[in-house]
Amino acid sequence: MITRDEVEHIARLARLSFEGDELGRYQHDLSRIIDYVQTLGELDLSGLPPTAHAVQVKNVLRADEPRPCLTQEAALANAPLVEAGQFVVPRIG
Amino acid sequence: MDLLSLTAHDCRELLASGEVSVTEMTGLYLDRIERIDESVGSYLLVDREGALAQAAAIDAKPGGERLPWEGVPIALKDLLCVEGLETTCASRILKGYRPPYDATVVAKLRAAGLVFLGKLNMDEFAMGSSTENSGYHVTRNPWDLERVPGGSSGGSAASVAAAETPWALGSDTGGSIRQPASLCGVVGLKPTYGAVSRYGLIAFASSLDQIGPLTRDVRDAAALFDMIAGRDPMDCTSLGLPAPVTMPDRTDLAGLRFGIIREYSGEAFEPGVRAVFDSAVAAIGALGGVCEEVSLPSVEKGIAAYYIIAPAEASSNLARFDGVRYGHRAEGAEDLLEMYTRTRSEGFGQEVKRRIMIGTYVLSTGYYDAYYGQAQRTRTQIIEDFRRAFGHVDFLISPTSPTVAFKIGERTEDPLAMYLSDLCTIPVNLAGLPAISIPAGLSEGLPVGLQIIGPHFNEQGLFDVSYALEQRLAVHDRPRTAEVAS
Repeated sequence: MITRDEVEHIARLARLSFEGDELGRYQHDLSRIIDYVQTLGELDLSGLPPTAHAVQVKNVLRADEPRPCLTQEAALANAPLVEAGQFVVPRIG
Repeated sequence: MDLLSLTAHDCRELLASGEVSVTEMTGLYLDRIERIDESVGSYLLVDREGALAQAAAIDAKPGGERLPWEGVPIALKDLLCVEGLETTCASRILKGYRPPYDATVVAKLRAAGLVFLGKLNMDEFAMGSSTENSGYHVTRNPWDLERVPGGSSGGSAASVAAAETPWALGSDTGGSIRQPASLCGVVGLKPTYGAVSRYGLIAFASSLDQIGPLTRDVRDAAALFDMIAGRDPMDCTSLGLPAPVTMPDRTDLAGLRFGIIREYSGEAFEPGVRAVFDSAVAAIGALGGVCEEVSLPSVEKGIAAYYIIAPAEASSNLARFDGVRYGHRAEGAEDLLEMYTRTRSEGFGQEVKRRIMIGTYVLSTGYYDAYYGQAQRTRTQIIEDFRRAFGHVDFLISPTSPTVAFKIGERTEDPLAMYLSDLCTIPVNLAGLPAISIPAGLSEGLPVGLQIIGPHFNEQGLFDVSYALEQRLAVHDRPRTAEVAS
């Protein structure tokens, strides 16, 4: 069972917040899902390497040449708040 | 004109013969969407103006200059970026987002001259198996409006089944093309990992995601796959196909061996689904194919491995939604951290938050090897089991989904029950293999799909055997609900 403190800690890492009933519900759901996926722990897989890629592809390289990219205007067009060609955010902490 | 029986190939012929103009054909689909989509709910956005403008431009060109598929309409799952057209991934957090560029698959379809009808509903960020997790509205199964269309590409499958488009693109991370195709009675292909560029696909789990076609028949699937496949410098995981796609015309299965996956039987499978599957096995035999049971013990661990790997990748991919560069931003936050936290808590739906939490948990300090490492080793074992099986047989078969379409609301309270919908499809993504779901028959009036899995980059083989089976099984049933049949 995942504790309430653990749920709050994970939420902080994920930049999410839950309140009241919601916290309890996530605690319940996460505990059930983690219990389920934990069944993998019973397997002896010590001889197997972890998969990095399902279809083996290695060292994909290309020439490092400048190519056209988005204009500053296009890159900023969807931002909630912009000033002088830059993204504006609230003050840091 | 009976749109319910019209394939994209039929549309192409009608346009080529000059019987119907592109504007008329586009209008037929737009009018049908207007008439029935209130009942079905396939679309998040219908681009009537854009589609008609595209159609008019094609009609204005001299006929001889047309490309083969020019003027045939299509609709797109709402996680594919279309320049200037709102793309939300069915999430509130991306409301109003207008991508500044086309996804590679969209650019390819644009170059081929296809007309874009609009954007299709899905589970938010493709996380779900019923399209009930959309941040906007549910989509209903055209065969029974009280039931789900499957997911996450539920809008894509429902729109094709209800003839609100001749064909559509979806994406498949754990079954999200094949399962809704099965539940809605259409064809759905999940290509080999790397066969189709993911550039401009809003990412869920990057080591598993693939874009693919949902169509009315196998030849349409082959044609649409041919249009979107290939190496793209913008996606370094993409690879070229070994050979160009040819239109399937095989009518027998002589000399081919099919493995029935032993682990996919038992109480999770509805008797009606099993009966349709058995009739498909008989059809393979009648066409000269040989079926034998094979065992892939590790596939039973597929769901557990998937629900570590996919959320882990998602928790990282979805970190970009922070209210700074696009989408929703919470109002009135005092500082940056509060802005991030409130933006994400307000913008993401329940299932997305659940998966971000699982992913963050399994990747957090002290747990990495126990969960993620162990899941990736399980993945290696699954890949090995498939490799061993393909040493004996040419294709593997199973039901696509253990059940027919379930009732809206039936599984929303229990995330694990929902996850089990993808029992037969998930291991295929973990192994990066291609697989197709084709309609195999009905159980109690609802469609049942047959899944055929092939070795890496053998999409051609899947098309060939699916085509032969499609002719033999001859499933010509169409949804008969009053709203859709009208």
